[in-house]
Amino acid sequence: MELLMGNQAIAMGAIRAGVGVVTGYPGTPSTEILETIAKKNPGNIYVEWSVNEKTALEVAAGAAYAGQRTMVTMKQVGMNVASDPLMSLAYIGVKGGMVIVVADDPGPISSQTEQDSRHFGVFAKLPVFDPSSPEEAYLMIGDAFEYSQKYHTPVLFRPTTRVCHAYATVEVDEKIYEVKPEGFVKDSKWVIFPRLSYNNHIKIEERQPKLSKDFSSYIYNNVTGTGKTGIATGGISYAYTREALSNIAGECKLFKVATPHPFPEELALEFLDGLEEVLVIEELDPVIEKELIFLCGKYNLNINIMGKLTKHIQNAGENTVESVTQAISKFLDIPAPKVKEIKDLPQLPIRPPVLCAGCPHRASFYAVKKAMKGIKAVFSGDIGCYTLGNAKPLEMVDTCLCMGAGITIAQGLHRVEPDTVNFAFVGDSTFFHTGIPGVINAVYNETDIVLIVLDNSTTAMTGNQPHPGTGRTMMGNVTEKIIISDVLKAVGVKHVVTINPFDLENAVLEVKAAAQFKGISAIVFKAPCIAVAPPAPLYVVDNEKCTGCKKCIKELGCPAIVKDNDKVKIDQALCYGCTLCENICPFHAIGGSNVGKK
Amino acid sequence: MLEKNNKCEINKGEKMINCIVTGVGGQGTVLASKLIAQSAMNKGMKVRTSETIGMSQRGGGVVSHVRIGNEIHSPLINLSSADVIIGFEPAEAVRYLPYLKELGTVIVANNPIKPVTDSLSDTNYNGADMIKYLKENVAHLFVLDAEAVFEKCGSTKILNTALLGVVAASGVLGFSLEDMEKSIHEKVREKFIHMNINALHFGAETYLKPNSKKCE
Repeated sequence: MELLMGNQAIAMGAIRAGVGVVTGYPGTPSTEILETIAKKNPGNIYVEWSVNEKTALEVAAGAAYAGQRTMVTMKQVGMNVASDPLMSLAYIGVKGGMVIVVADDPGPISSQTEQDSRHFGVFAKLPVFDPSSPEEAYLMIGDAFEYSQKYHTPVLFRPTTRVCHAYATVEVDEKIYEVKPEGFVKDSKWVIFPRLSYNNHIKIEERQPKLSKDFSSYIYNNVTGTGKTGIATGGISYAYTREALSNIAGECKLFKVATPHPFPEELALEFLDGLEEVLVIEELDPVIEKELIFLCGKYNLNINIMGKLTKHIQNAGENTVESVTQAISKFLDIPAPKVKEIKDLPQLPIRPPVLCAGCPHRASFYAVKKAMKGIKAVFSGDIGCYTLGNAKPLEMVDTCLCMGAGITIAQGLHRVEPDTVNFAFVGDSTFFHTGIPGVINAVYNETDIVLIVLDNSTTAMTGNQPHPGTGRTMMGNVTEKIIISDVLKAVGVKHVVTINPFDLENAVLEVKAAAQFKGISAIVFKAPCIAVAPPAPLYVVDNEKCTGCKKCIKELGCPAIVKDNDKVKIDQALCYGCTLCENICPFHAIGGSNVGKK
Repeated sequence: MLEKNNKCEINKGEKMINCIVTGVGGQGTVLASKLIAQSAMNKGMKVRTSETIGMSQRGGGVVSHVRIGNEIHSPLINLSSADVIIGFEPAEAVRYLPYLKELGTVIVANNPIKPVTDSLSDTNYNGADMIKYLKENVAHLFVLDAEAVFEKCGSTKILNTALLGVVAASGVLGFSLEDMEKSIHEKVREKFIHMNINALHFGAETYLKPNSKKCE
């Protein structure tokens, strides 16, 4: 027995199933799947962090054309990027088993959207697997490969955050299923043409009911219990439902849906048989609920289906055991257990996520803010740690949409307000992901924006994964670093400067110069993330020199600088010795660790 | 002081144990929950835990739910059902009080971590109000003097194992010091084992020495 995180269980299950090529792009809550594959690689798996999700899906598709078992990992919004190859691949199909793991994030806890990736299964007419626990995910991913190979189609595997980041004791099987890829065999079936798409569309439509029938006897789809009331659920909500039923000693018919698409119709009819009322408990969108309503219409069943559409289940945010217990206790008319009342809770400090102490993004934002003081400017941000630059006191992120969009949103803003200086901030990994086309667009269409690349030599937000600029791959190879400033120059950006943001004075001057340049200009702020940087001497405040003006706190918002009565002090456990506060203290009261110590 | 009758029955494998581990990103809560889980597994128990991973790790509040027992479905603990809250920070312990059982136990370190929002405003968060509230509202409370731990162990990174020392010495989760030592040997990187075992023992001594129980 091993204690495995859901994502580790998915990875171990894929290794057990004989996966040979694994690609992906980091994104919470999916990241640890690919990392675990790389860590536990028995030696014969090719694993890469691809440049983006579209690239990842295509690399995996190619390998699956050659008969390899392949897996792609991404978060839900990554599927939007990968949707172009996904839709076409659904028509072409695969030879080796191909599983696309797309992790959804109800809440959302670390995402831009609460989109439901089960819809991608419906949209592309692909089978979807929805695990309810890490141990189930470990076995189910193997089934996903089997179904993929049996039906020659890519399949979606859709865990959610509470499965991905839950740990459970899992029985790990040491045996590995052996796959011997046949290799690519030339055939016109690999070339998508309108005629082929038409023919394959017919085949796909014929396959859907077969899959539905097959899924009705799939082990993780099941119906238990008896009575005139029933609950239908799937994924982590199944776990909450079991917990809630046991909390209130409730009994009813229970339909667990592990394959929301194609919907296991025969099993669903068995569940609906004899029922008067059904409560559907799921997160994100009412997918199971609509399938049941459809079946009631199709078979003329007079059953009251309740769920998100009837407001019996919340239609946004994640479910909890408490919310599910409340809903079930009302549905079954059993009182819910009393929750202890908490009275007179003292005012709790608000603790939003912030840029780490020592983070080079703080210095970059500060330099731009300084340089643009009194000048009309808009700061378009992007996805990464640096989105946190929106918080007080920096307030340097005015827009954030999706990966790579800061560069292009800035261009749109500039078309309407040409007298405003439009900045676009983008991280190094995001630059490679989807930033480059936006830069080329600005060059080509002669848009006057200032591009700020925050190059911290890692993919920081998701836990420091390598990217094309780091010179390392997930196979452990040292490769040529792709230099961002070279890319910018190569695509025609005429004003490109690389500078360390902690060289504050010069950084401010360079930002001013870039802002005055006509046409797209770029500054690459290069300083490593504290997680990959060597430690530096810590900083301290000289109490005799500190006047308590608190400029350091008010302007930087560094978590290591805290109020100490009427002065300030630096928390040595958090300080990374970045030098930024030393540079801005008007009284020279902050310095390396020997300052202030007599 | 924690009362002896609060000891759990984990060794008999009959009871479900729910434990919340909470603090601020970077304090080492994840390792603490892993060590508890490992200790349970070493006794043949099944474990489910849930961790905060991602954006909120950056200086935000973090929480681990640790559930031990053979008939557990959800990785998250229900409100009013945690046997123990291990708080790495006073306000974070208070924040999760709604999860504590009526007669549950709170083991908390008394060092406040001031968020940037506090430094930027006129609120003066210092942790003392939180400890006071805990004393008035928690049936079984032990407050660990964090400064003493940092001073004695020479690092701020071992608060987790010091708190687990209190957990072991008090017996609230049913694990002994030896159980925790074994888990540390299995789960902590070689060069940090010694430091963590020291902190574990210091935490346990703090709990056991009568003159150290100033925080009742």
